Formats: sequence, C-alpha cells, structure tokens
Amino acid sequence: MIAIIDYGIGNLFSIYNGLKRVYDQPLLVTLDGVASLKDAAGIIVPGVGAFDDCARSFRPFAAIVIECIESGVPVLGICVGMQLLFEGSEEGSETGLGLIPGSVVRLPKTVRVPHMGWNNLAIQRPTQLLDGITERDYFYFVHSYHCVPRDAARVIASVDYGGALAAAVQRDNLFGVQFHPEKSSKKGLHILRNFAAIAQGT
Amino acid sequence: MLTKRIIPCLDCDLALPEGRVVKGIEFQRITYAGIPWELAREYDKQGADELVFLDITASHERRETMAHVIAKTASNVFIPLTVGGGIRSVEDARRMFNAGADKVSINTAALLRHELVNDVARIFGSQACVVAIDAKRRYLQNAAEVKAATEAGRALIETPEGACWFECSYYGGRKFTGVDAVQWSKEVEERGAGEILLTSMDRDGTKDGFDLALTQAVCDRVNIPVIASGGCGLPVHMKAVFERTDASAALAASIFHYKEYTIQEVKRYLRENEVHVRV
Repeated sequence: MIAIIDYGIGNLFSIYNGLKRVYDQPLLVTLDGVASLKDAAGIIVPGVGAFDDCARSFRPFAAIVIECIESGVPVLGICVGMQLLFEGSEEGSETGLGLIPGSVVRLPKTVRVPHMGWNNLAIQRPTQLLDGITERDYFYFVHSYHCVPRDAARVIASVDYGGALAAAVQRDNLFGVQFHPEKSSKKGLHILRNFAAIAQGT
Repeated sequence: MLTKRIIPCLDCDLALPEGRVVKGIEFQRITYAGIPWELAREYDKQGADELVFLDITASHERRETMAHVIAKTASNVFIPLTVGGGIRSVEDARRMFNAGADKVSINTAALLRHELVNDVARIFGSQACVVAIDAKRRYLQNAAEVKAATEAGRALIETPEGACWFECSYYGGRKFTGVDAVQWSKEVEERGAGEILLTSMDRDGTKDGFDLALTQAVCDRVNIPVIASGGCGLPVHMKAVFERTDASAALAASIFHYKEYTIQEVKRYLRENEVHVRV
C-alpha cells in the first residue's frame, strides 16, 4: 500500500486519481488512520498553499513519518510537501522536518512569481525516480519559493527559472519534487509509476 | 525553460445534465461543441497545457452540475483545471476545489467585495487564486478628456487606434464599473492573486486577434503571470501575443471548438516561429 497523507490541506483528488492510474493500492491516510503508516510500502507527502499552514498541519504526522523514513520506506514530498523536508522557509516562521539540510527561499526578483506553467528538467544524476525522463519532457510547476539544499549533490534534477533551481531532490529513500506530477499529464504519471516501483522494490 | 501556455476555454451551459460546451451562435441558435469532460479529455490528448471551465449560466442551482463536470474531468485528465463563472464566496471556491479544481477564477464578486481576493488567496493559496478582468477600451477624444482621465488616476495607454484607458466590466460584460482595469490588476496582485485572466471585451468574439496594448499594459505593471484572452481567431494571433507582449499564456475557445485548428497544429506553428511551447 502507498499512503497519501491527508493532513487537511487542499484536495488530494488528483494525487489519489493519478496514483490509482499506475498503482492499485493508494490509500488516503488521515490522523485517525495514522497507525496504518507502519504498513505502508511508500508514503506521499502532498502540500499546497502556505508553508506555515502545511508545517503546522503536518506536525502530528511528523514522528511516525520520520520513523518510516529511517526504517527505509520510500517517501515522496510534492511541492510544499518537498519544502517541508527542509529546515525552514523564508515564507514563514514554522520549522520544517529538517530531513534535508538547507532552506526554502523566495524566487528571484528577476522573474514573474509564481513560477507557473510547464518547464523542463536538467537531470543532474540518474536515479530510479526519474527513470525514462529526459530534458525534452515538461512538468507543471506552481510555486513562489524554492528549496536550496546545503549539499548541492542532493539535487537530482534542476529547472531553469531565473537561474538553476532544485526541481527534484533525493536523500537515500527520501525524495522531493517541486513540480506536480499529478498535474503533469503522461510524464507526471510516469514519475508516480516510478515511485510506486521504488516502493514495491521493483 | 518555462513554456508559453495554450489554454482552451470551455464555456459551459449547465442547464443540461452533464453540461454542454458552447461553441457559438449560428443562425440565432446556440450550438454546442460537446460534453465538457469529453472535450477536456480530447484537448488534453491534443496537448492543452491547462483547461478553463466557465459557467456561463452561473446560477446557484447549477453549482452541483459544475462540481460534477470538474470531478468527472479530474479523474481522467491530469493537467491543471480552473473554474470560473459565479464564484461568489469562499464556500463556492471550496466546493470547486473539493471537486478537483486547482484554481478558481473570480471576477464580479471580487469587484463587489475586494477582500474576497485576499480570502481566497489566504485560505487556498495564491497559486489557486485567479482574478479574471474583462476590460473595454475607453478612447480619449481630446485634451480635456485626457486631463480628466489623468486626474481620475486612470492609466492612459497608447494604442494604434488612439489613446485610451481600460474600464472593468462585470456581470459577464453586461455592466461597467468605472474601475480602471490596469490599476485593478495591480491591486489584485497586492491582494494575493496568483494570476490574471485578462479578456479584451473589444476583441472577444471578433477573431481579430488579442488586444496587445491591453495585454502589455497589464504585463508591464504586475509581476504575476497574465493570461491573454479575447479575439484569437488564427495561430498567428497567438504568435503575435507571445512575440509582442509578456503574456505567459493565451486562452482561446472557438478556434479549437470549431476544429479550425487543433492544439497540436497551433503549437507546431508556434514552435516553428520560435515561440517556446510544450509539444
């Protein structure tokens, strides 16, 4: 089972439906069902809107998700869900999970904010999550802040928007994508399929 | 590199079960292009970058039908979906997000109660808050009119047809507000809107091309993305709006509904002309 954490921010309709297309056992997990995360083969941490709202709402899930990550369960943070993996954000005052050292900062002043629309990736290193993805493929981004890992080697793909920004990061079994795979048509579903394969160990 | 977005607009008549996308008026009869979620799937296949659904009936009892249209679309189509037309409150917006919409577009209600923009942006995020602005040229005929407009704080814009300011309309273009559209675009950005859907009332339905002066006037003054709308009849109109303004996206309806051009054809043409699009 791959769990999508439903911590009360935004609708998870698209992530659930997108994952369902490529994998037959997605499960939305609310606080009531938090114990079931122990059985998850993979966990998706979504996130939209403001960093602080997400950080506060996610807090009750933090300990168990960190436990899962440490026991080797693949976890994928999407958009603000990726930003939560970092220590904190310029957007707010709440602390993040600090699982990837680094911070989240405002997009440069030289570009229109939010970064909204389809952009392509510059793959920084081959990894199973981005298997089959090339620099000719486009993904849907919508964000005003971007992640800056202290160790640049965490970036597995970057995106060009007023400079090279982190589009996807990895630390062992922990992944984050700034774009929305669930809104990126076929290629986005391809990434969800890759994550499902990682979760199933195939 | 960020691509320019091509967005088909589905004007939905929700009086029929499942709704119908309005194609146009022929011999005084409304004609339909199809069922919204079916057309949405077709446009996704053709390479649409996003979809906008506008409830042209915008009456309360039709809300459920729109929610159904969006839910049905969102289970098949994995690109961003925007819903507009008759979003009057945070609750209206919430219903659309719960059905699977990614953004709501607000127009009349925002002009009636400016705080709605702040509320939607704060609760659902700026990325989910689109403000639609329907603007009409008001030409300034003489020095006295220019002086009066300047004193009233209007943004005076030079166009090939003469100097003008742009007035916001609401209630689907049936009423005018006296509000300067260019100034209003700055205000909605400050209030937290994440994008502006800018329609030229002078060009809408004409197929004469986008109002480039209007589009650039707004692009010059805001730092959020602007979707140009109104007047697209040919692929060359898309090329013009992307070459000559900073619009992030172009919205069109009839050119696609009448199958005059597919989205692929338009995008191929744009790419041949060095406009960066997703193909």
